[in-house]
Amino acid sequence: MKKVKVEEVKSNLTNRRSFLKISGLAIAGTGLVLAGCNNDDDGGMAPPVDNQLPGVRNGVFDLGGGDAGILTYAYALEQLEADFYTRVVNGNNFGSVFSSEEQTVLTDLYNHEVIHREFFRAALTGALNDPDRLLPDLNFDYGDLNFGNRLQVLNTAKTLEDTGVAAYNGAGRYITTPDYLVIAGKIVSVEARHASAIRSLLNPGSADFAGDDVIDANGLDLAQMPSQILAAVGSLGVVQTPFTAQFLP
Amino acid sequence: MNIIKFIESFTDDNLLNSKGSRRDSFSQFKTLGKNMATAALPFGIASLVLAPTKANAAATAFMTTQDTPTTALQLALILEYLEDEFYQMALDTNGLIPAADQAIIAQISQHESAHVAFLASALGDMAPMKPDFDFTVGGAFDTFGDYPTFLALSQAFEDTGVRAYKGQAGNLMSNGDLLTAGLQIHSVEARHASQIRRLRGQKGWIVGSDRGGLPEAAQAVYDGEENAIQAGFNTASVMATNGPSIPAAAGPESFDEILTGQQATDIASLFFAQ
Repeated sequence: MKKVKVEEVKSNLTNRRSFLKISGLAIAGTGLVLAGCNNDDDGGMAPPVDNQLPGVRNGVFDLGGGDAGILTYAYALEQLEADFYTRVVNGNNFGSVFSSEEQTVLTDLYNHEVIHREFFRAALTGALNDPDRLLPDLNFDYGDLNFGNRLQVLNTAKTLEDTGVAAYNGAGRYITTPDYLVIAGKIVSVEARHASAIRSLLNPGSADFAGDDVIDANGLDLAQMPSQILAAVGSLGVVQTPFTAQFLP
Repeated sequence: MNIIKFIESFTDDNLLNSKGSRRDSFSQFKTLGKNMATAALPFGIASLVLAPTKANAAATAFMTTQDTPTTALQLALILEYLEDEFYQMALDTNGLIPAADQAIIAQISQHESAHVAFLASALGDMAPMKPDFDFTVGGAFDTFGDYPTFLALSQAFEDTGVRAYKGQAGNLMSNGDLLTAGLQIHSVEARHASQIRRLRGQKGWIVGSDRGGLPEAAQAVYDGEENAIQAGFNTASVMATNGPSIPAAAGPESFDEILTGQQATDIASLFFAQ
């Protein structure tokens, strides 16, 4: 296990400032496999086609392309968030490490992220109508992260929530079905509410809830393409189940 | 998002080519609107009421039945004008904002000013003029003399903004750059809403259709937020498999809902000077 500190992961889409800042996470052996990401920025109007459906390709699950791919990508991110908060609230010292306000917030986030995960599981199960097309349950390993350490947990939560906001904001344009776009919009604002709350727990009374590290001079939040998000998440070394994203921008 | 690229995306649609009067601009916009309203929207965006002139913002509002990127941004700009002036007035009022909250309100104000400038630049000649606002609603609220009242209105404006932007996302689908920018503003409004709600002792997220102690007139901001069914899935019935049980109320909390353009305009109109 090698300790890593991820800082200054820059977006070449928007050339924004530092994006992910996290410490205390360990690189694990496998993690995310990113093979042949499609970087074409074509406005996302390509209709979903059968040969881009999610599923195993060359022995590794690929998230797929089109709307099914974007939703499967969201499902993967929600699996990560849900898993993280499940471990947080199940932590041995959850009731003593965190203030009562923090426990309430973290428990709400656990509730919301598990619900988001189960929503995508149900929606994709119905839409794809083929168990082999559904992303399997991913395994996660947080390495040296100490779930009994308040700052480590809150800082990781901050990273995950900001990442969720950037991911949904960046993926919206690639969604072609209006109903799916609205669903993504319904979720991303809740992720942004989470990010704000976690940030205010870390630095109350400051501008950090919508800090200049995430909001630019035009008052715009982060937006990152799937390939950028997956590279950043992959670099955390938390995701143990390999998958690819060959058909996502 | 690069603002030049953003504006160019409009220029590509020939929306910035108008050199005529506002009336001419609006006619052209309506024509373009017919061509541009290509996305079929299943969730029934209502027609927008726009306020094209300062003098008669609320009284003789334009009606359009078209929902286009332009109408979406025009509604957004009206809401941003409202928020921007609201926070500017608060920051200009000595003694209103406690020192402990100054950095928070100043940050929000800075964002709303940036949103006004961004949207006004993007819309160019299509930008509606700023209406005159009355944040006391004819003296009913001591908005700038009583901090809790100010915070209550702030919460209502931010939660309205979140829902209104979300409701316009479908109208921006024909232009990926516009949609991304709209989403980037949308999540900033949500960060604001969460922070203001927490200053008021509320959760950062909307619980059912609870207006959180706001006056009854604000109920329209929260109606519909109790929805638990998303794409046929009951979010209130999720069972925990490994962890504390998940209360049914968490379902509606975990998804925000849209406001139509009409609903958002109706809420904002309460604060247009009569």
